[in-house]
Amino acid sequence: MSLLEVRGLTKRFGGLVATDRLDLSVAEGELHAVIGPNGAGKTTLIGQLAGTLRPDAGSIVMQGLDVTRRSAHTRVARGIARSYQVTNVFRRFTALDNAALAIQACSGSSFRFWRSAARETALFERARALLDRVGLRARADVPAGALAHGEQRQLEVALALASQPRLLLLDEPMAGMGPDESERMLQLIASLKGRVTIVLVEHDMDAVFRLADRLSVLVYGRVLATGTPPEIRANADVRQAYLGAEATA
Amino acid sequence: MTTDERLRRAMPWLLLAAALAFPWVATALDQAFYIGLVRRVLIFGIAAASLNFILGYGGMVSLGHAAFFGIGAYTVGALAADGISNAWIAWPLAAAVAALAAVLIGAVSLRTRGVYFIMITLAFAQMVYYVAVGLKRYGGEDGLNLPVRSTLGFGVGLDSDMAFYYVVLALLVGVLLVFDRVLDARFGRVLIGIRENETRMESLGFPTFRFRLAAFAIAGAVAGLAGALFANHNMFVSPAVLHWTQSATFVVMVILGGIGYRYGGVLGALVLLLLEEILAGYTEYWHLPLGALLLAVVFLAPHGLSGWLERKGAR
Amino acid sequence: MTTTLVFEQLLNGLQFGLMLFLIAAGLTLVFGIMDVLNLAHGSLYMIGAYLAATLTQATGSFWLGLPLAALGTGVVGIVLEVALVRRLYQRDHLAQVLATFAVILIADDTVKMIWGPAPIMLAAPAALAGPVELFPGFFYPAYRLLIIGVGLALALGLYLLVARTRTGMLVRAGSSNREMAALMGVRVDRLFALVFVLGAMLAAVAGGLLGPLLAVEIGMGENILILALVVIVIGGIGSIRGAFVGAVLVGVVDTAGRAFLPDVLGAFLSNAAAAQLGPALAAIAIYVLMAAVLFFRPQGLFPARA
Repeated sequence: MSLLEVRGLTKRFGGLVATDRLDLSVAEGELHAVIGPNGAGKTTLIGQLAGTLRPDAGSIVMQGLDVTRRSAHTRVARGIARSYQVTNVFRRFTALDNAALAIQACSGSSFRFWRSAARETALFERARALLDRVGLRARADVPAGALAHGEQRQLEVALALASQPRLLLLDEPMAGMGPDESERMLQLIASLKGRVTIVLVEHDMDAVFRLADRLSVLVYGRVLATGTPPEIRANADVRQAYLGAEATA
Repeated sequence: MTTDERLRRAMPWLLLAAALAFPWVATALDQAFYIGLVRRVLIFGIAAASLNFILGYGGMVSLGHAAFFGIGAYTVGALAADGISNAWIAWPLAAAVAALAAVLIGAVSLRTRGVYFIMITLAFAQMVYYVAVGLKRYGGEDGLNLPVRSTLGFGVGLDSDMAFYYVVLALLVGVLLVFDRVLDARFGRVLIGIRENETRMESLGFPTFRFRLAAFAIAGAVAGLAGALFANHNMFVSPAVLHWTQSATFVVMVILGGIGYRYGGVLGALVLLLLEEILAGYTEYWHLPLGALLLAVVFLAPHGLSGWLERKGAR
Repeated sequence: MTTTLVFEQLLNGLQFGLMLFLIAAGLTLVFGIMDVLNLAHGSLYMIGAYLAATLTQATGSFWLGLPLAALGTGVVGIVLEVALVRRLYQRDHLAQVLATFAVILIADDTVKMIWGPAPIMLAAPAALAGPVELFPGFFYPAYRLLIIGVGLALALGLYLLVARTRTGMLVRAGSSNREMAALMGVRVDRLFALVFVLGAMLAAVAGGLLGPLLAVEIGMGENILILALVVIVIGGIGSIRGAFVGAVLVGVVDTAGRAFLPDVLGAFLSNAAAAQLGPALAAIAIYVLMAAVLFFRPQGLFPARA
């Protein structure tokens, strides 16, 4: 059962075609990794799936609903959430306040003007649980800007998880992480597998091959090949275009 | 708590006490003239607080806030000219008309960002200014005199300088309390979140445009109320209240007081207007030292007076 | 509404527009390259007008007074840039608003101290007092023709400077992408100072030329500044070409609007309504234009920024 259907997606920046009639199908419950060389258009794809970028052509259908022209905030309501490649948290708020804000977005109306939000114990309990989920419970009261890089990336994922999405778009969650932090992030993503459908953009090949149910290889804005990790490993075109150096290493 | 901290916490209460006592003290010292002066400061404090709400907390730099102030003033003026001077009708109506204008202007302006937002709010304020100049019925360029002050009933005659002063003070305190609550509530958190990182707020699922528009309308309503009070204070309303330099003055007040600080707007209005009065007493050319002081604030107190006071207290 | 009247108003619009261009050019370059919102630019225009009046009287010649006023304002510009504006490059727009607002206050009162609060006289050169017959039966004031001439000449000069010289190329590079220009070794601080002073002198020329037509008074800077802001927003921040097109557009729309809109409205509405509505609509015409541009094409007609 396909949760996300992308057909003919196209995005141009001036003369540059970043996404070139891209087709992609993501099954429900799978962890679908998107890999490709730098400049292949991975983040552009995430942006269009998340609603921060408007495609020039093509369609994005989520659970049968066409969301191509929908704004980013509507997509969240439709069950799509994303994390950013370059950490994009609220640096001046504590980790807890970051999480609480994310939870607040999906728990009732925020057009409330009288009751103090700080007193909403239920909200903050859920926020703490969310931080606990990503391993940041102990750092709840630290301003996000003061967190270590790896912790900030964990917060990134937490903010995306807050809306209990059906489809989670993770854009290089392990970017800039050392081996220990990467392992922690990998464990976190592994624990989400099966419960949430995940589209994972990553450069860390080790993580990708350990986590992914299926892979799509992106080159110049098009999908070169889609398949299971062994299939992709064996694919000659892919080896030539991308894994070539690694395969011989 | 250190003595400094205790002092800092007590400061707003001390100022409130001073404000409450002031008319009595002034009258006793035969300086009752100054009641009107301080009342003017309080009125501008309300307007500046409303701008601080959207500018300081919401990150929306509006260079057209005088439009709502002026619309509020003109609503009261127009109603008074047509025989309606009941404050319970005129003042809420002034706030409502200003809020409506804010919704209309905001619906267009809030689609833009940064310097373009600054310019488009300026453009709309200019349009309102020229409409006022063109309104011959309400005095046009020369302005309109109010035949009477608004009436509150309950035996409270606003013709008394002191009574009106206390009404204004009560409204200022009320406005500050309301803003406090709103900023503490869910809405306030969203507003501040939008100021900090708007794209992330969208990605979290907040329809940011709606929140910004709502904040803009609230600020417009409060500015309109301040305008209503201003029209009563002067018993006069003219397009001068809508001039772009008035909008710029409001922005200056908020920056001076401290952007995004709880009392930033009020403090800025207080300091700017009092400085004007004091300096004008010494020299005809009081713009000079005032300009120099503002420059000092820009370079020595980049977070405004509130920030400077905070830093002093923290040491 | 005769053709001569229409033509006359169009020429007036062009004349005003060209002067707006001189003012807007400096403003747009400073904003585009240095990202500084300089509200005090109008004060430079005012200083130029006041200096032109005084120096014309002192030297007895408008032709000497005007260039000297431009130079004098240029000096003021250098001082202003070195003492203050330089420190604003790193600051956000709000700090710039506060600082340049303070400069407006200081400039207004300094002028008041030196020249007094009343408006002063700046007379057009006697030689140009009369009208010139452009076409049989069509007369136009010689002085206004001079303004158009000087305006076009300076516009051409500025275009040549920006498009054809090395300095101009650096200006365009800085306007398009400041960080890149700095990284490529452009002497950014000198370039900024040059741009600022040039803008100041152009504004001064506009002040001196418009002096005989409008009043030379305190506060003239604030009035013209807002029009200049409208111009650069319509034209595109950082673009000279945009400033030119925007300025002429604003000048013509404003002048023609004030002249003809009441009459045009009179054809549809009652005379009383047209008399009230006309001037108001004419006054807001350019703001409606700016709001429309901001809504549909926020970067302006000729965006300079990358």
